[in-house]
Amino acid sequence: MTPAFLQSLTGAVLALEVPYWVSSAIKLGLVALVIPTAALMLGYVFLLKMMSFMQSRLGPMEAGPYGSLQLLADGVKFLQKEDIFPEKADRTVFALAPLVVLISTFLIYVVIPAGPDAVVAQLDVGIFYALAVSSLSVVGILMAGWASANKYALMGGLRAAGQLIAYELPLVLAVMGVVIQAGTLDLQKIVTAQAHGEIFGWGGIGNPFILTQFVGFFIFLVAVQAELTQPPFDMPVAESEIVGGYQVEYTGFRFLFFFMGEFGTAFAFAALAAVMFLGGWALPWGDLTHWGFNIAGPVILLIKTLAVATLIFWFRFTYPRLREDQLQRLAWKFLIPLSLVNIVVTGIFKVAL
Amino acid sequence: MIAEHVAFGIIAAVMIAAAFRVVTTRDIVHAALYLVIVLAGVAALFLLVGAEFAGITQVLIYIGAVIVLFLFGIMLTRSDFDDDEETDHKHKFPATLTAALLLAVMIVALVDRFGNDKLPNNLTPQTTAQVSDELFSQFIVPFEAVSVLLLAALIGAIVIARREEGG
Repeated sequence: MTPAFLQSLTGAVLALEVPYWVSSAIKLGLVALVIPTAALMLGYVFLLKMMSFMQSRLGPMEAGPYGSLQLLADGVKFLQKEDIFPEKADRTVFALAPLVVLISTFLIYVVIPAGPDAVVAQLDVGIFYALAVSSLSVVGILMAGWASANKYALMGGLRAAGQLIAYELPLVLAVMGVVIQAGTLDLQKIVTAQAHGEIFGWGGIGNPFILTQFVGFFIFLVAVQAELTQPPFDMPVAESEIVGGYQVEYTGFRFLFFFMGEFGTAFAFAALAAVMFLGGWALPWGDLTHWGFNIAGPVILLIKTLAVATLIFWFRFTYPRLREDQLQRLAWKFLIPLSLVNIVVTGIFKVAL
Repeated sequence: MIAEHVAFGIIAAVMIAAAFRVVTTRDIVHAALYLVIVLAGVAALFLLVGAEFAGITQVLIYIGAVIVLFLFGIMLTRSDFDDDEETDHKHKFPATLTAALLLAVMIVALVDRFGNDKLPNNLTPQTTAQVSDELFSQFIVPFEAVSVLLLAALIGAIVIARREEGG
Protein backbone atom coordinates (compact mmCIF):
# COMPACT_ATOMS: atom_id res chain seq x y z
CA MET A 1 0.00 0.00 0.00
CA THR A 2 1.39 3.37 -0.98
CA PRO A 3 1.49 6.28 1.49
CA ALA A 4 -0.88 8.24 -0.73
CA PHE A 5 -3.42 5.44 -0.57
CA LEU A 6 -3.00 5.16 3.21
CA GLN A 7 -3.43 8.91 3.56
CA SER A 8 -6.64 8.95 1.57
CA LEU A 9 -7.86 5.96 3.56
CA THR A 10 -7.18 7.66 6.91
CA GLY A 11 -8.75 10.85 5.60
CA ALA A 12 -11.82 8.95 4.45
CA VAL A 13 -12.19 7.21 7.82
CA LEU A 14 -11.85 10.50 9.70
CA ALA A 15 -14.26 12.31 7.37
CA LEU A 16 -16.84 9.54 7.69
CA GLU A 17 -20.01 10.91 9.19
CA VAL A 18 -21.98 8.22 10.91
CA PRO A 19 -24.81 8.52 13.43
CA TYR A 20 -23.75 8.82 17.05
CA TRP A 21 -24.95 5.34 17.97
CA VAL A 22 -23.05 3.73 15.06
CA SER A 23 -19.77 5.37 16.01
CA SER A 24 -20.38 4.41 19.64
CA ALA A 25 -21.03 0.80 18.63
CA ILE A 26 -17.85 0.71 16.50
CA LYS A 27 -15.80 2.14 19.37
CA LEU A 28 -17.28 -0.37 21.84
CA GLY A 29 -16.50 -3.22 19.43
CA LEU A 30 -12.93 -1.99 19.01
CA VAL A 31 -12.29 -1.87 22.75
CA ALA A 32 -13.97 -5.25 23.19
CA LEU A 33 -11.56 -6.70 20.61
CA VAL A 34 -8.45 -5.07 22.05
CA ILE A 35 -8.81 -6.51 25.56
CA PRO A 36 -8.72 -10.26 24.74
CA THR A 37 -5.97 -9.62 22.18
CA ALA A 38 -3.89 -7.73 24.72
CA ALA A 39 -4.53 -10.34 27.40
CA LEU A 40 -3.58 -13.20 25.07
CA MET A 41 -0.45 -11.43 23.88
CA LEU A 42 0.81 -10.64 27.37
CA GLY A 43 -0.16 -14.08 28.62
CA TYR A 44 1.74 -15.83 25.84
CA VAL A 45 4.83 -13.61 25.58
CA PHE A 46 5.43 -13.14 29.28
CA LEU A 47 3.59 -15.71 31.36
CA LEU A 48 4.28 -18.70 29.13
CA LYS A 49 7.51 -17.87 27.31
CA MET A 50 9.56 -15.30 29.24
CA MET A 51 8.96 -17.03 32.57
CA SER A 52 9.91 -20.39 31.05
CA PHE A 53 13.15 -19.06 29.57
CA MET A 54 14.05 -17.40 32.86
CA GLN A 55 13.58 -20.76 34.55
CA SER A 56 15.60 -22.63 31.88
CA ARG A 57 12.69 -24.51 30.35
CA LEU A 58 10.82 -24.33 27.08
CA GLY A 59 7.24 -23.69 28.09
CA PRO A 60 4.42 -24.81 25.80
CA MET A 61 5.75 -26.01 22.43
CA GLU A 62 3.01 -28.16 20.92
CA ALA A 63 0.06 -25.93 20.00
CA GLY A 64 1.18 -23.91 16.98
CA PRO A 65 4.70 -22.69 16.26
CA TYR A 66 6.58 -22.33 19.57
CA GLY A 67 3.30 -23.00 21.35
CA SER A 68 1.88 -19.65 20.24
CA LEU A 69 -1.67 -21.00 20.10
CA GLN A 70 -1.50 -22.50 23.60
CA LEU A 71 -3.71 -19.82 25.15
CA LEU A 72 -6.33 -20.21 22.40
CA ALA A 73 -6.35 -23.94 23.14
CA ASP A 74 -6.70 -23.12 26.85
CA GLY A 75 -9.54 -20.74 26.04
CA VAL A 76 -11.43 -23.46 24.18
CA LYS A 77 -10.78 -25.78 27.12
CA PHE A 78 -12.23 -23.22 29.56
CA LEU A 79 -15.34 -22.77 27.42
CA GLN A 80 -15.98 -26.52 27.43
CA LYS A 81 -15.92 -26.80 31.20
CA GLU A 82 -19.04 -27.14 33.28
CA ASP A 83 -20.42 -23.90 34.71
CA ILE A 84 -20.48 -24.70 38.44
CA PHE A 85 -22.11 -22.69 41.21
CA PRO A 86 -21.22 -23.65 44.80
CA GLU A 87 -24.26 -24.94 46.71
CA LYS A 88 -24.51 -22.06 49.18
CA ALA A 89 -23.32 -19.38 46.77
CA ASP A 90 -25.28 -16.20 46.17
CA ARG A 91 -25.89 -16.97 42.51
CA THR A 92 -26.57 -13.47 41.17
CA VAL A 93 -23.63 -11.83 42.90
CA PHE A 94 -21.42 -14.81 42.06
CA ALA A 95 -22.25 -14.48 38.37
CA LEU A 96 -21.93 -10.68 38.29
CA ALA A 97 -18.53 -10.46 40.05
CA PRO A 98 -16.26 -11.42 37.09
CA LEU A 99 -18.26 -9.06 34.86
CA VAL A 100 -17.67 -6.13 37.22
CA VAL A 101 -13.92 -6.84 37.09
CA LEU A 102 -13.96 -7.08 33.30
CA ILE A 103 -16.04 -3.89 32.86
CA SER A 104 -13.59 -2.01 35.07
CA THR A 105 -10.79 -3.13 32.72
CA PHE A 106 -12.89 -2.28 29.68
CA LEU A 107 -13.51 1.28 30.86
CA ILE A 108 -9.77 2.06 31.28
CA TYR A 109 -9.10 1.43 27.58
CA VAL A 110 -11.58 4.11 26.56
CA VAL A 111 -9.24 7.02 27.34
CA ILE A 112 -5.84 5.63 26.27
CA PRO A 113 -4.74 7.64 23.22
CA ALA A 114 -2.95 5.80 20.38
CA GLY A 115 -2.71 8.67 17.88
CA PRO A 116 -3.82 12.28 17.33
CA ASP A 117 -7.32 11.05 16.40
CA ALA A 118 -6.99 7.40 17.42
CA VAL A 119 -8.66 7.61 20.81
CA VAL A 120 -12.12 6.40 21.81
CA ALA A 121 -12.91 9.34 24.08
CA GLN A 122 -10.68 12.29 24.81
CA LEU A 123 -11.66 13.40 28.28
CA ASP A 124 -10.54 16.54 30.05
CA VAL A 125 -10.19 14.45 33.24
CA GLY A 126 -8.33 11.64 31.36
CA ILE A 127 -5.91 10.06 33.80
CA PHE A 128 -8.17 10.79 36.79
CA TYR A 129 -10.97 8.89 35.03
CA ALA A 130 -8.66 5.94 34.25
CA LEU A 131 -7.60 5.60 37.89
CA ALA A 132 -11.18 5.98 39.13
CA VAL A 133 -12.61 3.21 36.94
CA SER A 134 -9.66 0.93 37.67
CA SER A 135 -10.66 1.08 41.34
CA LEU A 136 -14.05 -0.45 40.48
CA SER A 137 -12.49 -3.90 40.18
CA VAL A 138 -12.14 -4.04 43.99
CA VAL A 139 -15.95 -4.18 44.26
CA GLY A 140 -15.99 -7.13 41.85
CA ILE A 141 -13.27 -8.95 43.79
CA LEU A 142 -15.10 -8.44 47.11
CA MET A 143 -18.32 -9.66 45.47
CA ALA A 144 -16.54 -12.78 44.23
CA GLY A 145 -14.96 -13.48 47.60
CA TRP A 146 -18.21 -13.07 49.49
CA ALA A 147 -20.63 -14.77 47.09
CA SER A 148 -18.51 -17.94 46.86
CA ALA A 149 -19.59 -18.86 50.43
CA ASN A 150 -16.16 -20.30 51.06
CA LYS A 151 -13.81 -19.17 53.78
CA TYR A 152 -10.70 -19.20 51.61
CA ALA A 153 -12.47 -17.14 48.98
CA LEU A 154 -13.61 -14.67 51.63
CA MET A 155 -10.09 -14.41 53.07
CA GLY A 156 -8.75 -13.81 49.58
CA GLY A 157 -11.36 -11.12 48.95
CA LEU A 158 -10.51 -9.37 52.23
CA ARG A 159 -6.78 -9.57 51.57
CA ALA A 160 -7.35 -8.17 48.09
CA ALA A 161 -9.47 -5.28 49.38
CA GLY A 162 -6.93 -4.35 52.06
CA GLN A 163 -4.13 -4.46 49.53
CA LEU A 164 -5.90 -2.58 46.76
CA ILE A 165 -7.02 0.23 49.08
CA ALA A 166 -3.46 0.59 50.40
CA TYR A 167 -1.84 0.73 46.95
CA GLU A 168 -4.41 2.94 45.28
CA LEU A 169 -3.02 5.92 47.19
CA PRO A 170 0.59 5.66 45.92
CA LEU A 171 -0.84 4.90 42.45
CA VAL A 172 -2.79 8.17 42.37
CA LEU A 173 -0.10 10.20 44.13
CA ALA A 174 2.63 8.96 41.75
CA VAL A 175 0.63 10.33 38.82
CA MET A 176 0.36 13.76 40.47
CA GLY A 177 3.97 14.61 39.60
CA VAL A 178 3.28 14.04 35.91
CA VAL A 179 0.07 16.05 36.09
CA ILE A 180 1.87 18.98 37.76
CA GLN A 181 4.59 18.93 35.11
CA ALA A 182 2.22 18.66 32.16
CA GLY A 183 -0.30 21.05 33.71
CA THR A 184 -3.25 18.90 32.60
CA LEU A 185 -5.11 15.68 33.36
CA ASP A 186 -5.84 15.10 29.67
CA LEU A 187 -3.77 12.12 28.44
CA GLN A 188 -3.61 13.52 24.91
CA LYS A 189 -2.16 16.79 26.20
CA ILE A 190 0.28 14.90 28.44
CA VAL A 191 1.58 13.21 25.27
CA THR A 192 2.03 16.52 23.40
CA ALA A 193 3.59 18.15 26.47
CA GLN A 194 6.27 15.46 26.45
CA ALA A 195 6.88 15.61 22.69
CA HIS A 196 7.22 19.43 22.74
CA GLY A 197 9.09 19.54 26.04
CA GLU A 198 12.66 20.69 26.41
CA ILE A 199 15.40 19.61 28.77
CA PHE A 200 17.19 22.79 29.86
CA GLY A 201 16.36 24.40 26.54
CA TRP A 202 17.36 21.37 24.44
CA GLY A 203 14.43 19.77 22.63
CA GLY A 204 16.30 16.99 20.84
CA ILE A 205 14.34 14.14 22.35
CA GLY A 206 11.44 16.11 23.81
CA ASN A 207 11.00 15.61 27.53
CA PRO A 208 9.69 12.14 28.34
CA PHE A 209 8.61 12.48 31.96
CA ILE A 210 10.53 9.37 33.01
CA LEU A 211 13.63 11.60 33.05
CA THR A 212 12.22 14.00 35.64
CA GLN A 213 9.58 11.77 37.23
CA PHE A 214 11.68 8.62 37.67
CA VAL A 215 10.56 8.47 41.32
CA GLY A 216 6.93 8.66 40.17
CA PHE A 217 7.58 5.98 37.54
CA PHE A 218 9.06 3.64 40.14
CA ILE A 219 6.18 4.18 42.60
CA PHE A 220 3.63 3.77 39.79
CA LEU A 221 5.10 0.44 38.70
CA VAL A 222 5.24 -0.95 42.25
CA ALA A 223 1.65 0.15 42.90
CA VAL A 224 0.50 -1.36 39.58
CA GLN A 225 2.14 -4.61 40.56
CA ALA A 226 0.15 -4.62 43.79
CA GLU A 227 -3.09 -3.56 42.04
CA LEU A 228 -2.75 -6.54 39.71
CA THR A 229 -2.28 -8.89 42.72
CA GLN A 230 0.77 -10.32 40.97
CA PRO A 231 3.79 -11.72 42.75
CA PRO A 232 5.44 -10.40 44.88
CA PHE A 233 2.07 -8.92 45.96
CA ASP A 234 -0.04 -12.03 45.34
CA MET A 235 -1.25 -12.71 48.90
CA PRO A 236 -4.93 -12.38 47.83
CA VAL A 237 -4.58 -15.26 45.35
CA ALA A 238 -1.79 -17.19 47.07
CA GLU A 239 -2.50 -20.77 46.02
CA SER A 240 -0.19 -22.27 48.66
CA GLU A 241 -1.99 -20.45 51.50
CA ILE A 242 -5.61 -19.91 50.51
CA VAL A 243 -5.91 -22.13 47.39
CA GLY A 244 -6.39 -19.25 44.95
CA GLY A 245 -8.35 -16.80 47.10
CA TYR A 246 -11.45 -15.21 45.62
CA GLN A 247 -11.03 -17.21 42.37
CA VAL A 248 -11.20 -20.61 44.07
CA GLU A 249 -14.83 -21.44 43.21
CA TYR A 250 -14.74 -20.14 39.64
CA THR A 251 -14.50 -22.48 36.67
CA GLY A 252 -14.87 -22.31 32.91
CA PHE A 253 -15.59 -19.00 31.23
CA ARG A 254 -16.10 -17.17 34.54
CA PHE A 255 -12.51 -17.99 35.49
CA LEU A 256 -11.50 -16.89 31.99
CA PHE A 257 -13.08 -13.48 32.71
CA PHE A 258 -10.83 -13.05 35.76
CA PHE A 259 -7.83 -14.09 33.69
CA MET A 260 -8.66 -11.61 30.94
CA GLY A 261 -9.36 -8.93 33.54
CA GLU A 262 -5.94 -9.45 35.13
CA PHE A 263 -3.90 -9.43 31.92
CA GLY A 264 -6.11 -6.82 30.26
CA THR A 265 -5.55 -4.52 33.24
CA ALA A 266 -1.82 -5.25 33.16
CA PHE A 267 -1.75 -4.12 29.53
CA ALA A 268 -3.87 -1.04 30.28
CA PHE A 269 -1.63 0.07 33.15
CA ALA A 270 1.50 -0.57 31.05
CA ALA A 271 -0.05 1.57 28.30
CA LEU A 272 -0.91 4.31 30.81
CA ALA A 273 2.68 4.26 32.10
CA ALA A 274 3.95 4.44 28.50
CA VAL A 275 1.66 7.42 27.82
CA MET A 276 2.58 9.30 30.98
CA PHE A 277 6.28 8.55 31.32
CA LEU A 278 7.61 7.44 27.92
CA GLY A 279 5.85 9.91 25.61
CA GLY A 280 2.94 7.73 24.47
CA TRP A 281 2.22 7.42 20.75
CA ALA A 282 4.29 10.46 19.79
CA LEU A 283 7.86 10.80 18.66
CA PRO A 284 9.61 14.04 19.62
CA TRP A 285 10.24 14.86 15.96
CA GLY A 286 7.82 15.88 13.29
CA ASP A 287 4.35 17.35 13.22
CA LEU A 288 2.13 15.72 15.83
CA THR A 289 -1.05 16.47 13.92
CA HIS A 290 0.27 14.65 10.83
CA TRP A 291 -2.17 11.96 9.62
CA GLY A 292 0.62 9.35 9.63
CA PHE A 293 0.65 9.29 13.43
CA ASN A 294 -2.81 7.71 13.37
CA ILE A 295 -1.16 4.66 11.79
CA ALA A 296 2.32 4.80 13.30
CA GLY A 297 1.04 5.89 16.75
CA PRO A 298 -0.51 2.56 17.79
CA VAL A 299 2.69 0.74 16.79
CA ILE A 300 4.91 3.18 18.72
CA LEU A 301 2.60 2.94 21.74
CA LEU A 302 2.59 -0.87 21.53
CA ILE A 303 6.40 -1.01 21.56
CA LYS A 304 6.61 1.32 24.56
CA THR A 305 3.80 -0.58 26.33
CA LEU A 306 5.58 -3.91 25.85
CA ALA A 307 8.78 -2.35 27.23
CA VAL A 308 6.90 -1.36 30.42
CA ALA A 309 5.14 -4.74 30.54
CA THR A 310 8.54 -6.47 30.39
CA LEU A 311 9.56 -4.58 33.55
CA ILE A 312 6.28 -5.45 35.29
CA PHE A 313 6.53 -9.16 34.49
CA TRP A 314 10.25 -9.30 35.22
CA PHE A 315 9.40 -8.19 38.78
CA ARG A 316 6.67 -10.81 38.87
CA PHE A 317 8.99 -13.70 38.09
CA THR A 318 11.86 -12.54 40.27
CA TYR A 319 10.70 -11.72 43.77
CA PRO A 320 9.19 -13.95 46.47
CA ARG A 321 5.83 -13.16 48.03
CA LEU A 322 5.64 -10.39 50.65
CA ARG A 323 4.09 -11.02 54.06
CA GLU A 324 0.96 -9.01 54.93
CA ASP A 325 2.75 -6.70 57.40
CA GLN A 326 5.66 -6.13 54.98
CA LEU A 327 3.17 -5.37 52.24
CA GLN A 328 1.23 -2.79 54.27
CA ARG A 329 4.43 -1.25 55.65
CA LEU A 330 5.82 -0.81 52.13
CA ALA A 331 2.69 1.05 51.04
CA TRP A 332 1.98 3.25 54.06
CA LYS A 333 5.44 3.92 55.42
CA PHE A 334 7.55 4.03 52.27
CA LEU A 335 5.64 4.58 49.01
CA ILE A 336 3.08 7.13 50.23
CA PRO A 337 5.58 9.42 52.04
CA LEU A 338 7.96 9.11 49.08
CA SER A 339 5.25 10.08 46.60
CA LEU A 340 4.23 13.06 48.79
CA VAL A 341 7.85 14.24 48.80
CA ASN A 342 7.89 13.76 45.03
CA ILE A 343 4.82 15.98 44.66
CA VAL A 344 6.32 18.73 46.84
CA VAL A 345 9.66 18.67 44.98
CA THR A 346 7.92 18.68 41.59
CA GLY A 347 5.76 21.60 42.71
CA ILE A 348 8.81 23.59 43.84
CA PHE A 349 10.59 22.97 40.53
CA LYS A 350 7.45 23.85 38.57
CA VAL A 351 7.17 27.23 40.30
CA ALA A 352 10.91 27.94 40.42
CA LEU A 353 11.77 27.11 36.81
CA MET B 1 -32.18 18.77 25.22
CA ILE B 2 -34.63 15.93 24.64
CA ALA B 3 -32.01 13.19 24.72
CA GLU B 4 -30.76 14.51 28.05
CA HIS B 5 -34.31 14.45 29.42
CA VAL B 6 -34.78 10.81 28.42
CA ALA B 7 -31.39 9.88 29.89
CA PHE B 8 -32.22 11.73 33.10
CA GLY B 9 -35.55 9.91 33.36
CA ILE B 10 -33.96 6.48 32.94
CA ILE B 11 -31.12 7.18 35.37
CA ALA B 12 -33.49 8.64 37.95
CA ALA B 13 -35.86 5.67 37.69
CA VAL B 14 -33.01 3.19 38.13
CA MET B 15 -31.68 5.17 41.08
CA ILE B 16 -35.04 5.28 42.84
CA ALA B 17 -35.62 1.56 42.30
CA ALA B 18 -32.14 0.73 43.60
CA ALA B 19 -32.50 3.11 46.56
CA PHE B 20 -35.77 1.40 47.44
CA ARG B 21 -34.06 -1.99 47.36
CA VAL B 22 -31.26 -0.68 49.60
CA VAL B 23 -33.71 -0.28 52.47
CA THR B 24 -36.01 -3.24 51.72
CA THR B 25 -33.53 -6.03 51.04
CA ARG B 26 -32.90 -8.51 53.85
CA ASP B 27 -29.27 -9.05 53.00
CA ILE B 28 -26.90 -6.34 54.14
CA VAL B 29 -24.32 -7.10 51.44
CA HIS B 30 -27.02 -6.79 48.81
CA ALA B 31 -27.98 -3.44 50.34
CA ALA B 32 -24.40 -2.24 49.91
CA LEU B 33 -24.33 -3.45 46.31
CA TYR B 34 -27.61 -1.69 45.51
CA LEU B 35 -26.04 1.43 47.00
CA VAL B 36 -23.32 1.08 44.35
CA ILE B 37 -26.03 1.44 41.68
CA VAL B 38 -27.45 4.54 43.38
CA LEU B 39 -24.00 6.16 43.64
CA ALA B 40 -23.18 5.27 40.04
CA GLY B 41 -26.45 6.97 39.09
CA VAL B 42 -25.35 10.12 40.93
CA ALA B 43 -22.07 10.04 38.97
CA ALA B 44 -24.03 9.63 35.73
CA LEU B 45 -26.21 12.65 36.62
CA PHE B 46 -23.09 14.74 37.23
CA LEU B 47 -21.77 13.72 33.81
CA LEU B 48 -25.14 14.55 32.28
CA VAL B 49 -24.94 18.20 33.40
CA GLY B 50 -21.32 18.51 32.27
CA ALA B 51 -19.67 18.25 35.69
CA GLU B 52 -17.06 15.72 34.58
CA PHE B 53 -14.69 16.22 37.49
CA ALA B 54 -17.43 15.84 40.11
CA GLY B 55 -18.77 12.73 38.36
CA ILE B 56 -15.41 10.98 38.24
CA THR B 57 -14.65 12.00 41.83
CA GLN B 58 -17.97 10.44 42.82
CA VAL B 59 -16.87 7.13 41.27
CA LEU B 60 -13.38 7.22 42.78
CA ILE B 61 -14.40 8.24 46.31
CA TYR B 62 -17.80 6.66 46.83
CA ILE B 63 -17.71 3.46 44.79
CA GLY B 64 -13.95 2.89 44.83
CA ALA B 65 -13.39 3.70 48.49
CA VAL B 66 -16.50 4.20 50.67
CA ILE B 67 -18.46 1.17 49.40
CA VAL B 68 -15.33 -0.96 49.51
CA LEU B 69 -14.86 0.01 53.15
CA PHE B 70 -18.54 -0.83 53.82
CA LEU B 71 -18.17 -4.27 52.23
CA PHE B 72 -14.84 -4.79 53.98
CA GLY B 73 -16.39 -3.99 57.35
CA ILE B 74 -19.48 -6.14 56.76
CA MET B 75 -17.43 -9.12 55.64
CA LEU B 76 -14.96 -8.82 58.51
CA THR B 77 -17.66 -8.70 61.17
CA ARG B 78 -20.23 -11.13 59.71
CA SER B 79 -18.47 -14.14 58.36
CA ASP B 80 -21.25 -16.64 58.96
CA PHE B 81 -22.90 -17.37 55.62
CA ASP B 82 -26.00 -19.07 56.98
CA ASP B 83 -26.85 -16.26 59.35
CA ASP B 84 -29.88 -14.43 57.93
CA GLU B 85 -30.02 -11.89 60.68
CA GLU B 86 -32.82 -9.37 60.57
CA THR B 87 -31.64 -6.06 59.18
CA ASP B 88 -34.67 -4.52 60.86
CA HIS B 89 -34.19 -3.02 64.28
CA LYS B 90 -36.04 -1.27 67.07
CA HIS B 91 -34.90 2.25 66.19
CA LYS B 92 -37.12 2.16 63.13
CA PHE B 93 -39.31 5.07 64.21
CA PRO B 94 -36.57 7.61 65.09
CA ALA B 95 -34.73 6.61 61.92
CA THR B 96 -37.79 7.32 59.78
CA LEU B 97 -38.30 10.65 61.55
CA THR B 98 -34.66 11.68 61.01
CA ALA B 99 -34.83 10.71 57.35
CA ALA B 100 -38.08 12.64 56.84
CA LEU B 101 -36.64 15.75 58.54
CA LEU B 102 -33.46 15.53 56.46
CA LEU B 103 -35.52 15.21 53.29
CA ALA B 104 -37.63 18.25 54.26
CA VAL B 105 -34.53 20.37 54.98
CA MET B 106 -32.94 19.39 51.68
CA ILE B 107 -36.10 20.09 49.67
CA VAL B 108 -36.53 23.51 51.28
CA ALA B 109 -32.86 24.38 50.77
CA LEU B 110 -32.78 23.25 47.13
CA VAL B 111 -36.09 24.88 46.15
CA ASP B 112 -35.16 28.07 47.97
CA ARG B 113 -31.83 28.34 46.14
CA PHE B 114 -32.45 26.75 42.73
CA GLY B 115 -36.26 26.81 42.51
CA ASN B 116 -36.58 28.86 39.32
CA ASP B 117 -33.13 28.28 37.82
CA LYS B 118 -32.88 26.63 34.44
CA LEU B 119 -29.92 24.84 32.93
CA PRO B 120 -28.48 26.78 29.99
CA ASN B 121 -29.37 25.33 26.61
CA ASN B 122 -25.80 25.03 25.36
CA LEU B 123 -24.40 23.08 28.26
CA THR B 124 -20.61 22.72 27.95
CA PRO B 125 -18.56 20.47 30.19
CA GLN B 126 -16.78 22.33 32.93
CA THR B 127 -13.04 21.77 32.73
CA THR B 128 -10.92 20.67 35.66
CA ALA B 129 -8.95 23.91 35.42
CA GLN B 130 -12.15 25.92 36.01
CA VAL B 131 -13.03 23.77 39.02
CA SER B 132 -9.60 24.19 40.58
CA ASP B 133 -9.53 27.94 39.87
CA GLU B 134 -12.82 28.42 41.70
CA LEU B 135 -11.87 26.03 44.49
CA PHE B 136 -8.63 27.86 45.26
CA SER B 137 -9.94 31.41 44.91
CA GLN B 138 -13.63 31.89 45.65
CA PHE B 139 -14.07 28.81 47.86
CA ILE B 140 -10.66 28.75 49.52
CA VAL B 141 -12.02 29.28 53.06
CA PRO B 142 -14.58 26.42 53.01
CA PHE B 143 -11.94 24.26 51.31
CA GLU B 144 -9.41 24.88 54.07
CA ALA B 145 -12.08 24.42 56.76
CA VAL B 146 -13.00 21.00 55.32
CA SER B 147 -9.31 20.06 55.17
CA VAL B 148 -8.82 20.87 58.85
CA LEU B 149 -12.04 19.03 59.75
CA LEU B 150 -10.90 15.90 57.90
CA LEU B 151 -7.46 16.08 59.52
CA ALA B 152 -9.11 16.30 62.95
CA ALA B 153 -11.32 13.29 62.12
CA LEU B 154 -8.27 11.35 60.97
CA ILE B 155 -6.32 12.05 64.14
CA GLY B 156 -9.42 11.29 66.22
CA ALA B 157 -9.81 7.90 64.53
CA ILE B 158 -6.19 7.02 65.24
CA VAL B 159 -6.50 8.09 68.89
CA ILE B 160 -9.63 5.95 69.40
CA ALA B 161 -8.05 2.95 67.67
CA ARG B 162 -4.87 3.18 69.74
CA ARG B 163 -6.76 3.46 73.02
CA GLU B 164 -8.66 0.22 72.36
CA GLU B 165 -5.44 -1.49 71.45
CA GLY B 166 -3.83 -0.50 74.78
CA GLY B 167 -6.79 -1.96 76.70
